[in-house]
Amino acid sequence: MDELVIAGKAYASRLLVGTGKYKDFDETRRAIEESGAQIVTVAIRRTNIGQNAGEPSLLDAVPPSLYTYLPNTAGCYSADDAIRTLRLARELLDGHDLVKLEVLGDPKTLYPNMVETLKAAEVLVKDGFKVMVYTSDDPIIAKQLEEIGCVAVMPLASLIGSGMGILNPWNLQIIIDNAKVPVIVDAGVGTASDAAIAMELGCDGVLMNTAIAGAQNPVLMASAMKKAVQAGREAFLAGRMPKKLYSASPSSPTTGLIGK
Amino acid sequence: MQLTVNGTSHSFEQNPSLTRLLEYLSLTGKRLAVECNGEIVPRSRFDETQLADGDKLEIVVAVGGG
Repeated sequence: MDELVIAGKAYASRLLVGTGKYKDFDETRRAIEESGAQIVTVAIRRTNIGQNAGEPSLLDAVPPSLYTYLPNTAGCYSADDAIRTLRLARELLDGHDLVKLEVLGDPKTLYPNMVETLKAAEVLVKDGFKVMVYTSDDPIIAKQLEEIGCVAVMPLASLIGSGMGILNPWNLQIIIDNAKVPVIVDAGVGTASDAAIAMELGCDGVLMNTAIAGAQNPVLMASAMKKAVQAGREAFLAGRMPKKLYSASPSSPTTGLIGK
Repeated sequence: MQLTVNGTSHSFEQNPSLTRLLEYLSLTGKRLAVECNGEIVPRSRFDETQLADGDKLEIVVAVGGG
């Protein structure tokens, strides 16, 4: 069985999905079910005071009993805020310690601040967290995050929510070749072929949110992404044929042609 | 006494326990986590945690996100 192993735990699905930006919780639930994802990211936010107690919650739509929650630090711009957020998440989720660290550097591009990310990763790993870390596609930084003890490195394919696809496959390839922990492309996937390309490069998984939630039909796109990740993974394992520039090679016999 | 909860000020005549505050805010039974003055308060200590004037609380839940 070809499983994704993160921090010693095996997952059959290599597609990780976010739970944000859906029309409602029913759409969230249906899309995530269709994606086959087992790990789902969630955000940690201040509760509304005076909210109706019976109001539906994410925990009902995507029960933590069925999915592995990956609380994130989206919106944090400093190591301190990210660390506080994940400590709250651990308390909220009864000691659950698998987390997604992301420290942003700029509200316009949501590009990660790697100096703050490295600082936060050090503290969180020492504090017992299993840190899956969002990173720029800098191979040196990715290696440093691994050496700190992060359990997965998650380079961007392009900017968060941009749907621009994989802009620098060469950097991703270097990160993959150097890594001893899972490499998961996080951010930038726009459509199914982007996910397939990431997996064909040798990524261990793909994390996405907007590519599914922002599709015209999120449930159908979730299905497409599931297949794309599987197809890309199988193509990677199968080992593609070499590319041959200017050197055609027919698939049919060159002998036995009629009229010769 | 004054407490700041999620950035908003609330007035109380007596110092409430954290459990009492959550009741007052209609948050009892909700899955949440609380930080008081930057420190996590474990759920098991909500009853015994007496809040003091000027305390700053953050009360958070899990929401959809990527």
